[in-house]
Amino acid sequence: MTVPTFSSWAFTSWGNVIRKPHEIAPLPSRHAAFPAVPSQTSVLPYGNGRSYGDSCLNVGAALIPTRALDRFIALDAASGIVTCEAGILLDEMFRVIMPAGWFVPVTPGTRFVTLGGAIANDVHGKNHHAVGTIGRHLVRFELLRSDGQRLICSPTQNPDWFSATIGGLGLTGVITWAQLQLRPIAGPHMSVETIRFANLDEFLQLQSESDRDFEYTVAWVDCLGTGSQLGRGWLERANHSTAPTPVQHAQSRGLNVPFAPPFSLVNAASLRLFNTLYYHRPRARHSDRWFESFFYPLDSIGNWNRLYGPRGLYQYQCVIPDAAGREGTAALLEAIARSGQGSFLAVLKAFGALESPGMLSFPRKGITLALDFPNRGQSLERLFVELDAIVRATGGRLYPAKDGRMPPELFREGFPRWREFTQFIDPRCSSSFWRRVMDGA
Amino acid sequence: MKKILVVGAGSAIAEATARLFAQRGDALFLVGRKADVLESMCADLRVRGASAVGMHVMDANDFNGHEAMLNDAEGSLGGLDTVLIAHGTLSDQKACESSVELTLRELNTNGVSVVALLTRVAARFEQRKAGTIVVISSVAGDRGRQSNYVYGSAKALVTAFTSGLRQRLYASGVTVVTIKPGFVDTPMTAAFPKGALWAKPQQIANGIVGAVDRSSATVLYLPAFWQLIMLIIRSIPEAIFRKLKL
Repeated sequence: MTVPTFSSWAFTSWGNVIRKPHEIAPLPSRHAAFPAVPSQTSVLPYGNGRSYGDSCLNVGAALIPTRALDRFIALDAASGIVTCEAGILLDEMFRVIMPAGWFVPVTPGTRFVTLGGAIANDVHGKNHHAVGTIGRHLVRFELLRSDGQRLICSPTQNPDWFSATIGGLGLTGVITWAQLQLRPIAGPHMSVETIRFANLDEFLQLQSESDRDFEYTVAWVDCLGTGSQLGRGWLERANHSTAPTPVQHAQSRGLNVPFAPPFSLVNAASLRLFNTLYYHRPRARHSDRWFESFFYPLDSIGNWNRLYGPRGLYQYQCVIPDAAGREGTAALLEAIARSGQGSFLAVLKAFGALESPGMLSFPRKGITLALDFPNRGQSLERLFVELDAIVRATGGRLYPAKDGRMPPELFREGFPRWREFTQFIDPRCSSSFWRRVMDGA
Repeated sequence: MKKILVVGAGSAIAEATARLFAQRGDALFLVGRKADVLESMCADLRVRGASAVGMHVMDANDFNGHEAMLNDAEGSLGGLDTVLIAHGTLSDQKACESSVELTLRELNTNGVSVVALLTRVAARFEQRKAGTIVVISSVAGDRGRQSNYVYGSAKALVTAFTSGLRQRLYASGVTVVTIKPGFVDTPMTAAFPKGALWAKPQQIANGIVGAVDRSSATVLYLPAFWQLIMLIIRSIPEAIFRKLKL
């Protein structure tokens, strides 16, 4: 059966900056042939659109939506190996694996990503220092190429394709299914400690103390703090609770932002108010929390990206290599505080040394900082240029999954294996992001 | 634990419904045209918790195959208490207008084959004085509109047939439920631009499972607001309706 292509405006990225129609080339099942599109049109697999910028978009060309590939294939409840189609959401996976006593080895900050998207961006989580990225936990997956080949990729079978596809931004073909080694849990709760820190040095001290005994660590930082308060915030450190409690998923998702207000609700006044109150609010040190509230605080507000108004938002996530970690991070925070722009949730985390098999994997040993910014056009870009210079001077890099604007040179310097990667790109695949960062190469 | 036969299992609404049944540990028997789709669905439903899963490849237009399929289902599940009939195709109205053959095929697929199946299932359930039959009809069957009246008239057949069947089987304690979904965002309707009226297959599935649990022999519009919309559409006088581009 040939499935006709059609045009749709419904495919955007999470930042909502780019709103353009795409041709849609459906892939009805994992057994179906690579979708046929006119020979001059490129295609890009599209999962749940949770990348922030243009890495999941292919403006002027076609997308292959993968959400229809959402079937489980097998779950080995004894060994914790799950096999499922690549369009399944982590959220959907949890409803099956958690009652069986398992959890994903790595999760990003939203559970509404597809498994294929998680692989294509080689996602990391609050446990990066302990277990690395998701690419380290993949047993194997199938890659469907536009010439009809189906490559089974694992660390030992087609290892170069395995390495190119992990963090490969969907450019190597369509991941149809994947097999993932899960990690055992006693129950759905997290045993969390929340500790305030007064500045960046205290954060670094706390973080290094915590990494030994806690699988998960992450910090919220007040992006408006300056001087002696530079880098103040809260550190959360947690382990899976050992108390076996039954898994009871809520039926509804709770709050939702039904439409974008005419202007961004995130602005200088609301930002200062929120950050000051959030920093000073009293919090109990120990708490026992439902896993969703620990891993996915923002998921509790459906479509929270709409709060940034009709012009959308940019996220800036960089990693500063260890050697320059303290100074580089301080310089970034100073520049952001000076600009008065920033977000309610600025996140700071120390990455560990565990390496990913992914050729274009983002994390490396060092400190990562992530902030959302309302799209203010030129004034925001000026700040970004300033931040880019700091990142570049330290030999750091930006996360493609979050990016919608980095200069091509910054990408190519930050990801020196890009040239090697290009030989694995499917001749029919491209993306807005890729054309942008390859400009002039 | 229910023993459920799903005809047209590969449809998005049927699959979403089967998953809800599987999560509760029900036993399922899937019928459809494509073996690879049924096989991957069986594996999926097993992982999701179905206590038993079986499958049978059949084209609903093969009326002579219906009896063997029903025997296979009953044999495989060790009985049968619930039947969901969900198969169908979205007819290409324009193509039907110039092809008698296509028109008749669409009427067979979406209407006559359902009647044939129902006749056999009804006989079995009436004899046992138990069972629930859920049939997916459509709001399109409530009034013929120029944009899809071939599909609509097949669904009108299904709606009228299930209405009569519901009355007949009421005395035997057999429940017949007619589901009338509105616009549903499925692969069948992938190419349509989607507005606020569109529902996800999961919403329809929740309504179907609720109807099975309540054993409510009735007509169910899903989502419910379609009852109001169709009330209005049915009450437009013909003198006006004939001029509308619906």
